[in-house]
Amino acid sequence: MALITYREALNQAMRQAMEADPNVLLMGEEVAQFHGAYKVSQGLLDAFGPKRIIDTPISECGFAGLAIGAAMMGLRPIVEFMTWSFSFVAIDQIINNAANMRYMSGGLIHVPIVFRGPANGGVNVGATHSHTPENFYAHIPGLKVVCPATAYDAKGLLLSAIEDNDPVCIMENTILYNTKGEVPESPYRIPLGKADLKRDGKDVTLIAHGRATLTALEAAQQLAEKHGIEAQVLDLRSIRPLDEAAILACVQKTNRIVLVEENRPFCGINSQIAALIQEKAFDDLDAPILSVSAIDAPQIYSMPLEKLQLPDAQRVVAAVLRLGLRGASSP
Amino acid sequence: MTLGKTAFFKDPINQKLSADEHRELYRLMVRIRRFEERCVQAYQQGKIGGFCHTYIGQEALAVGTISVRGADDHVITAYRDHGHALAVGMDMNSCMAEMYGKVTGCSKGKGGSMHFFDPQRGFWGGHGIVGGQTPLGAGIAFALKYRDIKGACLCYLGDGAVNQGAVHEAYNLAALWNLPVVFVIENNRYSMGTSQARSSAGYPLTKRALAFDMDADSVAGNDLYEVRAKTAKALQRAHELSRPTLLEIHTYRYRGHSMSDPDQTYREKTEIEDYRQKNDPIEHVAQVLREHKLLDAAQEAKIDEEARAEAQASAVFSEDSPFPTPDAIQQDVYWESDHPQHKRSEGVLFFNQL
Repeated sequence: MALITYREALNQAMRQAMEADPNVLLMGEEVAQFHGAYKVSQGLLDAFGPKRIIDTPISECGFAGLAIGAAMMGLRPIVEFMTWSFSFVAIDQIINNAANMRYMSGGLIHVPIVFRGPANGGVNVGATHSHTPENFYAHIPGLKVVCPATAYDAKGLLLSAIEDNDPVCIMENTILYNTKGEVPESPYRIPLGKADLKRDGKDVTLIAHGRATLTALEAAQQLAEKHGIEAQVLDLRSIRPLDEAAILACVQKTNRIVLVEENRPFCGINSQIAALIQEKAFDDLDAPILSVSAIDAPQIYSMPLEKLQLPDAQRVVAAVLRLGLRGASSP
Repeated sequence: MTLGKTAFFKDPINQKLSADEHRELYRLMVRIRRFEERCVQAYQQGKIGGFCHTYIGQEALAVGTISVRGADDHVITAYRDHGHALAVGMDMNSCMAEMYGKVTGCSKGKGGSMHFFDPQRGFWGGHGIVGGQTPLGAGIAFALKYRDIKGACLCYLGDGAVNQGAVHEAYNLAALWNLPVVFVIENNRYSMGTSQARSSAGYPLTKRALAFDMDADSVAGNDLYEVRAKTAKALQRAHELSRPTLLEIHTYRYRGHSMSDPDQTYREKTEIEDYRQKNDPIEHVAQVLREHKLLDAAQEAKIDEEARAEAQASAVFSEDSPFPTPDAIQQDVYWESDHPQHKRSEGVLFFNQL
């Protein structure tokens, strides 16, 4: 297996999907000649030409809607938002047209489309460019939402999404684009809705998605090294569909849960997971479910404070320690 | 315009109509009106809920534009969609039943009055958000072009939609990318209760096409023959040059914006009556046909009688049809959950159940 970046993994998925199916195309701002604002589409214009790799004007509502119309006709467009923060000017198209179309037509129409792009704070670009709207979109029946944390997951989830007959939102992360992982060259699919246990442990489960998974893994490492606590890390990977069975299995196994997200705390993903656990696995809990989220304010610009605003390993470790766990090697 | 007079009767697209075809176009307009009148009645009886926007007064527009489309020309419109639905060939039963919320409705009772669909007939809705369908229309045209199909999309919008960003974005993309789309503004003078003068700067609305280097034409929407002639030209441009056109078709609605608009606040009753007397699109075609000896009194009466009976039958059909069963609430949400044998994803898609 080759060690490639998250960015290259996404690029590979799009390339392989486009080689396999002439109906797949990519459109978005700067995806063609510029090779992508974050270079995710590097080289695709040369490989597939301007008919299929399409630079759009800065007109998210227009091109998102146009792509939905094309998907209704059977094409399989991939729409890149330069960031998901910019999807808000297209939100009517995504919700009322992509998500509702099948329902409103009584099942006569389906919309096989992928919306993708980065959705993250932490890069010093201020509140307008730092949204993490996975909770907004996962709220909508008709949409599917996934948040890959690794290069391997990015490729497998994107290939599944492109082949899916429903609209799928893929929330990537600019901080992850350069991270590397082992990725098979040949195409493979990771089913949407399948969580991944990224670290095993017996004392507590950290449940996360997207980049927060890496934060959780770092915290788990520190917990093991410094506190003798064996934390396992469950990466949801997909928000909707949601791997409820994997979540409940974790509760059953470790009886303690700390939720980690870069989403904000109110009406966010963690709140939803917590509600789910208390409803379906209350008796398996030995402690309250704790939640580590972004600090509840618009994303701040100032660099040192922005680092504080997003969850880091330290905050996750602190939350786990609040559970009153005593590790094997703790004093 | 004088009722019964048209400069477009001899236009090539109209000249090739047989006597039967002339009468069928007239019949379709009458059917739309009688259907809408029956809707009004059903609404008043409480059989139809929600919002219901009727097409009475605008019949020549949908019938004229859609009657000149070819096999690969598609249609998408906004929420005042009953006329277009019947014009593409949908039957009254499935349309009326949809409004009754019955499972026999075209969208199984899930869409209602504003959301009729029939993709088999190239009819892509029926859309409730003002202007939101225009990028979809550009996308339908995009898909045709992508597949080298010599077709076009007739994309309708109201005069109230022209100030939405989505519309301007769709115009730009269509012109920039040479898409075979015909944007048809159905200018009925009022965006809900706000007259055009109070909502839109710049008149006429065709001027806005200039900014995008898009061809435009202004059309008398109560003259079936003019509508047909000018739409045919726009479709030809789409087919042969893959260029968009903006048609501003002037029309008028006789009833309120929707059934919940008592129509007492923003225009005088005399305005409606005056328009009807001088411009009624159905009476206009009837006079043209009478003059050319294509329609006699007996035929006219028969067409009207049959249209009334058909509309009445659709109400009976709807009344007799069952409501969807409760499990329908969570059907037709995801393609994948409707096709469990092809399901690839895992996990939970719905977070509660009835």
